[in-house]
Amino acid sequence: MKIVMKNNPKPYKNPYFAGAILGVVLFSAYALTHSGLGASGAISRIHVAITKLIWQSHVDVISTFAVMGAGDTNPLDHASVFLLIGTFLGGMVSALLNGRLKVEIFKGPQISNVQRLIFALIGGLIMGYGARFARGCTSGQALSGGAVLSLGSWAFMFSVFIGGYAVAYFVRRLWADPKLT
Amino acid sequence: MLPIDVIAVLGKFGGYAVFVLIGIGFGVSLELAGFGDSRRLAAQFYLKDMRVLKTMFTGIVVAALLIFLAAAVGLLDFAQISVTQTFLWPGIIGGLIMGVGFIVGGYCPGTSLVSAASFKIDGLFFLVGTVLGAGFFGESLPAFEDFWNSSFTERYLVSDWLGWSIGATLFAVTLMALVMFYGAEKTEEFFRTKGTGKVWSWKITKRSYVYGASALVFTALLVWVIGQPDPVRKWSLMESRYSAQLSSRDVFIHPLEYVKTYNDASVKLVTLDLRSENEFRNFHLTGSENVKPENFLDPKFVVPLSQLPAQGVVVLIAADDSVSTQAWKYLKVQGVNNVYILENGLRDWNTVFAGKTISGKSFNIASPPSEVLQLFPKDAFAPKIKISTKKRSGGLCS
Repeated sequence: MKIVMKNNPKPYKNPYFAGAILGVVLFSAYALTHSGLGASGAISRIHVAITKLIWQSHVDVISTFAVMGAGDTNPLDHASVFLLIGTFLGGMVSALLNGRLKVEIFKGPQISNVQRLIFALIGGLIMGYGARFARGCTSGQALSGGAVLSLGSWAFMFSVFIGGYAVAYFVRRLWADPKLT
Repeated sequence: MLPIDVIAVLGKFGGYAVFVLIGIGFGVSLELAGFGDSRRLAAQFYLKDMRVLKTMFTGIVVAALLIFLAAAVGLLDFAQISVTQTFLWPGIIGGLIMGVGFIVGGYCPGTSLVSAASFKIDGLFFLVGTVLGAGFFGESLPAFEDFWNSSFTERYLVSDWLGWSIGATLFAVTLMALVMFYGAEKTEEFFRTKGTGKVWSWKITKRSYVYGASALVFTALLVWVIGQPDPVRKWSLMESRYSAQLSSRDVFIHPLEYVKTYNDASVKLVTLDLRSENEFRNFHLTGSENVKPENFLDPKFVVPLSQLPAQGVVVLIAADDSVSTQAWKYLKVQGVNNVYILENGLRDWNTVFAGKTISGKSFNIASPPSEVLQLFPKDAFAPKIKISTKKRSGGLCS
């Protein structure tokens, strides 16, 4: 699939600059809400909400689902879901303003689009599973917990990097030599 | 004083609106960093583009410096900040699994959201995968639930582990981040210059980087030098927040309310007796613990009290109410919920229960049973204990 670029996307910001903005956002999150940022909790709530539509009794018996959506509880009535909506909007607005809002598939040049989408789905599955296992994702555990010096979050952060580096060699064809500017 | 609880201040919908705004800030910063692009995220693991490490650690260090600087100067009460609970081994195993998902799929949950929001199909597929993965986890959990709930510690900081002050720990973390940034710059330069004939050097020439790094080090030093406030300084900073509860005597309970709470199986009661050892030996309430006033300044003693379950109630008993009031102040500023003082200590105790019998039989006045309450009129005491069941959850991941 060849995608014709109509307007050139602007380059990404300097990573340290973006990190500083991220740090200020994270501080505001703590200052205004007691807690940091996160995404995986809300993702789990979306899953429970969908399951609830088709199979309420199942939600009631699985412990981690029941916490979010047992009986009349609305799993989406939670602050984390609104944080997730905001994250989505923020990503969209920023992409729009920087000429990056367009339909495309990011992949290494050595694999096909279909292969890339299959691996994205599998990777997402593994990630979603691991994020519940670790009780938090990269943003919730590593970023937010790291900033308040939580020991478990630091151990978690390093294990994410270790897991990634350990497997990177075996899946190198997925990512080999993209032309990044 | 921070932190504010937006949902308590603005109501549910106003509070949720603030969460949306914070989310927008989060989404924008991830998108600006290039985290909507799986190729750049994956490049971290091939050492070619280290922006994941750079952005993440800059974010962590900047946020940590702001949080602990604000706490050091008394703008923010760190005891009220919710720190993600630690389940060490499940966290490590989960982290390893996530590392694999990261390199196979190219995103993490937050970044796939931003990617999908900018119409990237691979990000959308990844996001759908995370929703399904969360489901599979719930289904499979019964097989290893004990492990998942193991190695638990609430609020355990790197500084506690090292035995250092928060200031020293933060300074070390800042230095470590700068060393990693330096390594990241040099690694990227190595791959850029490889094969091009350009010279690879050790020197960082970008002036803004030197200024930025100096600013971080200076702030970290400042946080270290000021130090985090001890309970004494914290009370002087936070007096206005809590002193009304003392002056209205809302935290002083009547002996009968103590008896009621003592016999309430749903309450986890901790009774701390601050009288002298001799007085304690002569008579004390069953289940109470003899403690010294200076214990209330010792984190080892106070931290478990701040981690009581939501139905936990702490009651203080002293020979003089000024002693228990002082202890109450120290517990409050260290984040202990539901702390009450037994009014007049045990001086009223004997008078209240003297000569009382239950169906003609006397009872042990060190642990009066709940039937005792029926010997008194209903309005014999004004109930004060309100258990705030609001337990601060471990962040937004749950």
